Amino acid sequence: MTGVAEPTIRVQAEAFDVAAEQARLVAGRTDVGAIVTFTGLCRSEDNTLAALELEHYPGMAEAEIARTAREACRRWPLTGLTAIHRFGRIAPGDLIVLVATASSHRAAAFEAAEFLMDFLKTRAPFWKKEHRVDGSSGDWVEAKDVDDRAAARWG
Amino acid sequence: MGRVVSVRYFAWVRERIGKAEETVEVPDEVTTARDLVFWLKGRGEEYDYALEKPEVIRVAFDQMHVEPEAGLEGVREIALFPPMTGG
Repeated sequence: MTGVAEPTIRVQAEAFDVAAEQARLVAGRTDVGAIVTFTGLCRSEDNTLAALELEHYPGMAEAEIARTAREACRRWPLTGLTAIHRFGRIAPGDLIVLVATASSHRAAAFEAAEFLMDFLKTRAPFWKKEHRVDGSSGDWVEAKDVDDRAAARWG
Repeated sequence: MGRVVSVRYFAWVRERIGKAEETVEVPDEVTTARDLVFWLKGRGEEYDYALEKPEVIRVAFDQMHVEPEAGLEGVREIALFPPMTGG
């Protein structure tokens, strides 16, 4: 492998296929020894949630994820990195976000995936609004301090 | 003369102000991200409500996160939004 891996970043309304994305990371190469995939899903919150509405800042969302992804590729010896974040209305059980990191060895893949998710949660311009089962428009999901602390530990 | 910039709002900041974007002429004495938040806050009831807790409002200049001290000079697109909840 030469140079730093070029990440694949997508921000889209459509669903994505985790297996297809994973296959893309190994297509045509034999130096990948480990792939870590993280998938974030919409929860039903004890069956009170009908859907999440994800708002995003077009342009900045892609740019901010790309900045974090490039930083991950600099910090760890990755052979590939894919980050996909959906927007729009997402039902419980559906996938919201995918981070997949590929490397020759697992430590780099695990660490880079966690790094990416920690930063994505606190820096990527997305906001979740709840739609309730009873038809009421719920609240905007509040940011958690624990997410800020998780991002801060990477220095 | 002030500078003319495009301002975009997202999530509950957008809902409270009642618009997604606008073009504003910012007075010369408004020179930082913090100044801008406070200046916008004084523009009317809906702005005051949206920006009632200025310390939680995040600001981006030309699609990059900035600190409150960041200078407005040369900035074309400004965005104000709540802490992010993606992922």
